[in-house]
Amino acid sequence: MTETATRLCDITLNGAAVATGAATLAALLAEQGFAGIKVATALNGEFVPERLRPATALAAGDRVEILTVRQGG
Amino acid sequence: MYGEEAASRLLLGTALYPSPQVMSDAIRAAKSSIVTVSLRREQARGRTGARFLDLIRALPVRLLPNTAGCRTAKEAITTAEMARELLDTDWIKLEVIANDDTLQPDLFGLVEAAEELNKRGFKVFPYMTEDLSVAERLVAAGCKVLMPWGSPIGTGRGLSNPHALRTLRAYFPDLPLVIDAGIGAPSHAAAAMEMGYDAVLLNTAVARAHDPVRMAAAFAAAIESGRAAYEAGLIEPSDRAKPSTPVAGTPFFDLDAPKPGRSRQ
Repeated sequence: MTETATRLCDITLNGAAVATGAATLAALLAEQGFAGIKVATALNGEFVPERLRPATALAAGDRVEILTVRQGG
Repeated sequence: MYGEEAASRLLLGTALYPSPQVMSDAIRAAKSSIVTVSLRREQARGRTGARFLDLIRALPVRLLPNTAGCRTAKEAITTAEMARELLDTDWIKLEVIANDDTLQPDLFGLVEAAEELNKRGFKVFPYMTEDLSVAERLVAAGCKVLMPWGSPIGTGRGLSNPHALRTLRAYFPDLPLVIDAGIGAPSHAAAAMEMGYDAVLLNTAVARAHDPVRMAAAFAAAIESGRAAYEAGLIEPSDRAKPSTPVAGTPFFDLDAPKPGRSRQ
């Protein structure tokens, strides 16, 4: 087993189960294909500003929301 | 609203149009200066949000993000914070939904979220029922605009409770009041404006029309017309007919003749 695999962490990303090797919210965005995309983030129902993403650690069971702007009424 | 003058009294939603082009054309035809948007989950490597933003930013409009779909004050507060960062605006159309069938606002959650958001520096546009006591709580919480529903979202039924809407208007003569939701026809919007409402926010009635662009123009004209009528001063309704043509000098008029509408001897 590789070192990375031992650190995989089960979280919920936008409602779907994801196993991630990312230790922080910023790393998760890069890992999951959100690099360079303007999004807003929440962790376990709390807003996480962009500047705090690198310092926001992830733990098993975390629920992450990655949102963008859409049509609305 | 919140110290800023809007160029148009028609606020338009951006959802449910047959295509992005039709949406843009409808917004232009409506001459709306404020449009609503939502926040939704982004796909990995997705550019959905960026594409939509590019489209909407090309229009001369200010964005009013909503918290549509939120069920609790906490969800709405988090969504508002995310919208503020994404769109760099402190405006938020606050929706806390209580019931799936009616999409009616959860008034308790609404007041709770409004209090917190006002503390955090947001300019809150609360989607509410026409309930006067809730209106007072929202104003006490710091809201400087109120948005009572006409009828439930997407129903197109118009103003379900015109008496309460008149009362609300009379109770807050100086507060910007916007009818939000339930408008189906330009005549509904005109009726709201004739009551003295400051603006109307609608989406489905335009987006789902056979020709959304023409319908947007129709709404814009109705709203302008209703506002002009309010400013001009409407007459009071009366139960009794009053002839508009002068009675004096009526031909064939004889005081001794039998009265019309009464049987002759």
